[in-house]
Amino acid sequence: MRRYGGDNMTVVHIEIHGKTHHGAETPTIKNFKLTLNSGEFICLVGQSGCGKTTLLNSIAGLDSSYSGEIKIGNQSQNPKIGFVFQHPCLLPWRTVRQNIELIFENQKNVPKEQIDDLLNLMQLTTYANAYPRQLSEGMKRRVSIIRAFAINPDLLLMDEPFVSLDAPMAREVSKLLLQLWQNRPHTVLFVTHDLREAIALADRLVFLTHRPMRVLKEIEVSIAREQRDYKNIESFREQLIQNYSELRLLF
Amino acid sequence: MVFLKFLPLLSIFAFLILWQCLAIFLHSHLLPSPENVARVLWQHCESGELPHHLSITLLRLVVSFTVSMFFGCIIGIALGMNQKLNAFFDNWLVIFLNVPALVTVILCYVWFGLTESAAILAVVLNKVPNVIVTLREGTRALDKDLLNMAKFYGFSQNKTLRHVILPQLHPFLMSATRSGLALIWKIILMVELLGRSDGMGYQLHLFFQWFDIASILAYTVAFVAVIQFLEFTILKPLDNEALRWR
Repeated sequence: MRRYGGDNMTVVHIEIHGKTHHGAETPTIKNFKLTLNSGEFICLVGQSGCGKTTLLNSIAGLDSSYSGEIKIGNQSQNPKIGFVFQHPCLLPWRTVRQNIELIFENQKNVPKEQIDDLLNLMQLTTYANAYPRQLSEGMKRRVSIIRAFAINPDLLLMDEPFVSLDAPMAREVSKLLLQLWQNRPHTVLFVTHDLREAIALADRLVFLTHRPMRVLKEIEVSIAREQRDYKNIESFREQLIQNYSELRLLF
Repeated sequence: MVFLKFLPLLSIFAFLILWQCLAIFLHSHLLPSPENVARVLWQHCESGELPHHLSITLLRLVVSFTVSMFFGCIIGIALGMNQKLNAFFDNWLVIFLNVPALVTVILCYVWFGLTESAAILAVVLNKVPNVIVTLREGTRALDKDLLNMAKFYGFSQNKTLRHVILPQLHPFLMSATRSGLALIWKIILMVELLGRSDGMGYQLHLFFQWFDIASILAYTVAFVAVIQFLEFTILKPLDNEALRWR
């Protein structure tokens, strides 16, 4: 059940009692509970195949075969959710701008200035009229991020958006994402299996168990954003693994 | 590059020369020269006979093509999207694909009489299974991620069909259209030959009885020219417009 409405501080409260895929003996998700605060950047960290994508699809309403509830608060009406899929999901026959504008129901109400602004922030202004085949993989990811931000979402879901990028390109796109998020601080639920990437991006890390998936540990990232360079991220990572024995199995 | 542009014309010219040489060498009324065929074509056009029969055949082609594509697309997309429906109809589809065109034509004439609607029905029954199979495969190949994206952003059915599904089905639609035109006009000739008193098929039947090879070739050239005209004035521009993004 997806329910909308709630108190003013909590943006999202997720509670899923159980979710089992057809034919599977072990449930994919079991007794999962998580609360996200307004403007918070949360990274869900778990091994590949632990059910992270299933969780995001459930929140997004793409998969409703679960028991429990997902409550998205702070809105008197249906909240807006943005989704950056694992693949860019751009229509190859539409230009960058047309891909972004298509998600608006009424084409007369497309916020053209805001889209221009987002294209500028993501350094894609000159590619606004290019087709996806003319873009690099990193650029395509940036377009899909812009598309998700363009609706001013109350909650932004990101499903391993840098998964197939090489390391330098992933770093570049994640840097641009952070700049964009600091400019427009939406609540973000970012899924990854890469702990370094999670530490570089998140306010809070949420570690997940393997199937059945539930929250194993929640840890605030104590390093200031401007100090998250390679050295600090690495030392924070090592501290985590040393201090929390339950995380050693994950990494 | 300029040479490449003229290659198709060159190939037609080479074919005509070969044909002319063979006609001179054989010197038989069974293989009239291109010049002779052109003269006969002009005579049939001048008498108004060829335009009359050609237009009737084209009208049958347009009607049966439209009906076949309409039902073929709907059923093909439905079978591609619904596994149960596909499992139920799959065997029937294979059976209809393998029933000889001649059998369908004869049965339609026997059951429904030598009427225009029976003729159209026979053509449609022969073509629809091909369209269904092509569109079913196209629908199965639809990108699920794009459909999920459309679902997530709340696209209406109309918007999803127009912006997400149809552009992906375009190559399959074009393939069904081209093979459809090629197949349908051949079946129409058979339908006209067996049970109509006008149209290209009927005329070809008469020419066959008279062993008038020049007229048979003249009618064939006229029809192929019309189909080529449709290809270059309608299908190619449509294709270029839809695939501009490539």
